[in-house]
Amino acid sequence: MVASEFEDELLLDLLKEPVLAVQEFILLTGDALRNILRRPHYGADIILQMDTIGVGSLPLVVLVGLFSGVVMALQMARALNQYGQVEKTGTLVSITLVRELGPVLTAIMMAGRNSSGMASELGSMKVTEQIDAMRALGTDPIQKLVTPRLEATCLMLPLLTIIADFVGMFGGWIIAIAFLHLPSRQYWSSVWRALEWNDVTQGLIKPLVFAVLISLIGCFYGLRTTGGTQGVGRATTQAVVWAVVLIFIVDAMITKVFVGQGAS
Amino acid sequence: MPSESRTPILRFDNVTVSFDEVKVLADVSFAAYESESRVILGAAGSGKTVLLKTALGLIRPASGKVYAFGQDLSGLREDQLFDVRSKIGMLFQEGALFDSLNIEENVAYPLINQKSIHCPPEQVHPRVVEALEFVELGETLEKFPSELSGGMRRRAAIARAVVTGPPLTLYDSPTAGLDPITAHTIVTLLIKERDMANTTTLLATHRYQDGNLIANFRYNSEQGSLEPARDGAGPRARTTFMVMQEGRLAFEGDQDQLEDSTDPYITKFVKRRIRK
Repeated sequence: MVASEFEDELLLDLLKEPVLAVQEFILLTGDALRNILRRPHYGADIILQMDTIGVGSLPLVVLVGLFSGVVMALQMARALNQYGQVEKTGTLVSITLVRELGPVLTAIMMAGRNSSGMASELGSMKVTEQIDAMRALGTDPIQKLVTPRLEATCLMLPLLTIIADFVGMFGGWIIAIAFLHLPSRQYWSSVWRALEWNDVTQGLIKPLVFAVLISLIGCFYGLRTTGGTQGVGRATTQAVVWAVVLIFIVDAMITKVFVGQGAS
Repeated sequence: MPSESRTPILRFDNVTVSFDEVKVLADVSFAAYESESRVILGAAGSGKTVLLKTALGLIRPASGKVYAFGQDLSGLREDQLFDVRSKIGMLFQEGALFDSLNIEENVAYPLINQKSIHCPPEQVHPRVVEALEFVELGETLEKFPSELSGGMRRRAAIARAVVTGPPLTLYDSPTAGLDPITAHTIVTLLIKERDMANTTTLLATHRYQDGNLIANFRYNSEQGSLEPARDGAGPRARTTFMVMQEGRLAFEGDQDQLEDSTDPYITKFVKRRIRK
């Protein structure tokens, strides 16, 4: 009887922490989204974050996009060759990049680079009492720190995804002309024809949703950092891990919606 | 002076603060009046910082009431608290200067962001310069916090805390981790601010000598240094000592009562003076 009560209490304690974290995350999301329409708007902070998140991530996104296109073209060509359909390489590269690889790989790169950056920056501010100082000096930290990061990520991630998609297609083109000896016009024609509005919609909705996750998870773990520099490290790791896990879960959910519509 | 007949600037009524069901402030009650100095002594983890942050409305009590300038802080939303906070200057433990802003921007921050201050833009720079000259850091406007020494950062943080001329100032361990000379300079600045602006001061510290200076010295503006206060209505009469022990208020009284205490915990913080 006593053991059972102890187990119940232990279970309750174990559940309390994640439930509380989810509640805090939902509250942070609500506040950050509401602040988009509220004054004051920190325009300079948004531009600074756009530069850090967007321009700063560009080389990484270009590299990842290029090589994912190259690899896709090589792998698909090998499979298609068995059916004598090598000329369809552009089609497969295009669809896989726009629907899945472009948004997901770009989001993962952004999670690794920016969720961690946000968590460590805000975490350092938290443990050095700069967040408290901000509140003491008349500023809402969510308005000043979280909302600009959310807005900047939502603006930059779809743009970076589009760039990654195009660079990936370009990588596929290099393989198509250099190793598969396909005519350039044929490759680009199959790339273009393969895409439907549904693919483009799916390819743009995903980065927008991922942007919300990446920025808010980074800020969330940053703002709840405790325990000095060790805590900052822990918050950074948790932010990246959860951002990546949630990107895959949400990707599966969005894909299911589009597949469910019978459009894919 | 019958302080009870006046309205306190800050009042704690049976305030309890808990983190993860651990009480970090337990049933704390006191009242601070205009021009009064309160020295809060206590070991690390005794609740000094939590007490100051609760006074500022940064931490909400689990039970009890906190009144600042007659307003019950527990009933206010975060945006409503900004008005109350604009009347309170706070020096955080390590200064908490924004490391992405230079010293001028740091000190200007409350003037620009605290809406109830209503500081015209053309007055921001002169007031920042004045506040930095007050702490003798007039040449550091363009520097970033990382370019300053620990003592200079603490002085810049004092400038930021007092630039708006708040009637209540809270200092959280302002001398922690500083050498004795720098620590003396910092306490001198606190006394200078208290005596020149006639502010109510709450000083959390583990160093008895800081409290002793606050209680027994005043700032001589002509000489630019501290001098012993001899008159009966001086800082000594207006200084109350509090001792925190594991979240509880273990002692509240004047310096003589503190030094007469035989409580083993309290005596750890007290160096008895030679009384005349």
